[in-house]
Amino acid sequence: MNISAYLYCLWGVLKREFQRSVQQRTRFISALVRPLLWLAVFAAGFRGSLDSVVIALYGSPINYEVYIAPGLIGMIILFNSMQSSLSMVYDREMGSMRVLLTSPLPRSWLLFCKLLAIALTSLLQVYTFLAVAFFFEVTPPALGYLAALPAILIGAFMLGALGLLLASLIEQLENFAGVMNFVVFPLFFLSSALYPLSFMAKASTGVYWACVINPFTYVVELIRHALYLDLNTHALVVTLAAGSVLTAGAILGFDPARRMLSTGRSRGH
Amino acid sequence: MNIAYVFFTFKYVSVIPSPQQGAQALPIAANIQALSHSFADRQVLRNVSFRVDQGAFVGLLGANGAGKTTLFSILTRLLRSSSGNVFLFGHDLQQSPAAALATLGIVFQQPTLDLDLSVLQNLQYHGAIQGMSPTNVQSRAQDELERLQLWDRRHEHVRRLNGGHRRRVEIARALLHEPRLLLLDEATAGLDLESRIQLQRHVRTLIETRGLAVLWSTHRAEELEASDTVILLDKGAVCAQGQLSNLITAAGVEDTNQLLLSLSKTRA
Repeated sequence: MNISAYLYCLWGVLKREFQRSVQQRTRFISALVRPLLWLAVFAAGFRGSLDSVVIALYGSPINYEVYIAPGLIGMIILFNSMQSSLSMVYDREMGSMRVLLTSPLPRSWLLFCKLLAIALTSLLQVYTFLAVAFFFEVTPPALGYLAALPAILIGAFMLGALGLLLASLIEQLENFAGVMNFVVFPLFFLSSALYPLSFMAKASTGVYWACVINPFTYVVELIRHALYLDLNTHALVVTLAAGSVLTAGAILGFDPARRMLSTGRSRGH
Repeated sequence: MNIAYVFFTFKYVSVIPSPQQGAQALPIAANIQALSHSFADRQVLRNVSFRVDQGAFVGLLGANGAGKTTLFSILTRLLRSSSGNVFLFGHDLQQSPAAALATLGIVFQQPTLDLDLSVLQNLQYHGAIQGMSPTNVQSRAQDELERLQLWDRRHEHVRRLNGGHRRRVEIARALLHEPRLLLLDEATAGLDLESRIQLQRHVRTLIETRGLAVLWSTHRAEELEASDTVILLDKGAVCAQGQLSNLITAAGVEDTNQLLLSLSKTRA
């Protein structure tokens, strides 16, 4: 296989994700409605609550909407990754995953293509959200939109890898509700997405430490800092490290030696 | 018919030459050597060995649960066998998966088309993940879809096609990258009689026109012809292999169904 074969494959996977997104417009819209509701309704109730707290990054008191926006970007990426993971489980149940996995190209490359496709879909959703959030006084510096791009992509890769790993572990579509309860919600709520960690520390040491060890916290912080033209090295290192571990886990999860696609549990043998 | 005689016949009569005997004849498309596989403590394949020559039609016949789908999962590298080897056109599936998989066209038992995409989009996606250029995909897709009278319906969503047409799209997709060995796992499942006959005719024509090797897995005896080479799989093991008519004669039965029944009784 030469390099062009790899690129045709990448193009094919990206194109298919795009075609699917066009087919499933409601998915795109619902992915935007969720964070916008949080921004317009939930954040409105807390408006002003952060006025007395000057967060070093912002330099001056800020509205809660400004604080919560990077967390909601994280939410978009997280839910999109889980949605893609759900699609993969569905593909596997429906059989179309088999077609992908019988490609002569290396499975690690196929998963990379899939991850990039997930990340680019997230990127589109995030920038649409930021455009709407502008009218809610979420107005980072103009260059911040550009600086946030690699941070969003890195975060999307990390969470996409988590989604792929989960897809390799989940045996049936019905089990996906458990993922929402035991993975997505804890990841989101036990992070700095909604409140600064200093607030968490005052409320409960246990909750604070749960937030500290949660990799999603670092995705949110990486994006928050990038939006305001700051590089949070600590968050970058943790996100990259977690992304590498999760990607390795996902590649292992789709290894043919595992029973992921075994027919022993399903349709005849 | 003496049961011991039948068992003896199945166990020792093999019309297919051994790999050594056939080395100078046609190239070997698939050489399966001593494959065994277990799910936890349940053994589903036991020391399975056979070969498929280039340009040959080989039927893999066995009841539901005989191990055919597990065998297909191993041949397509969806599953790694507990032991044994698979060589596709001389390429070791484990050592050189890219070269080995590139020779395969696969039609799975379960429908695998993306229902949200059109006929052509499904083929374009498949071509891309095979590493084919978009222009090559377009021209090959046209060739295959025209041959199957589906080119005019290329922009239709697969969801709108009936079962027979979907299977034809899967055949076109499996042939898109010009494989040398076509694997079909219960490809006629869920099809009506007319669609089944058309599908069988088309696949047999491919052997004549393109010299493809075909491994056709089925539990329907009527899909095989007397002159076909068959591998009889029962409880995960090859219990007989050879030309179907010879196996029927050797077992002293009248047809393939009786052959399967007597075989099953013998091994019970």
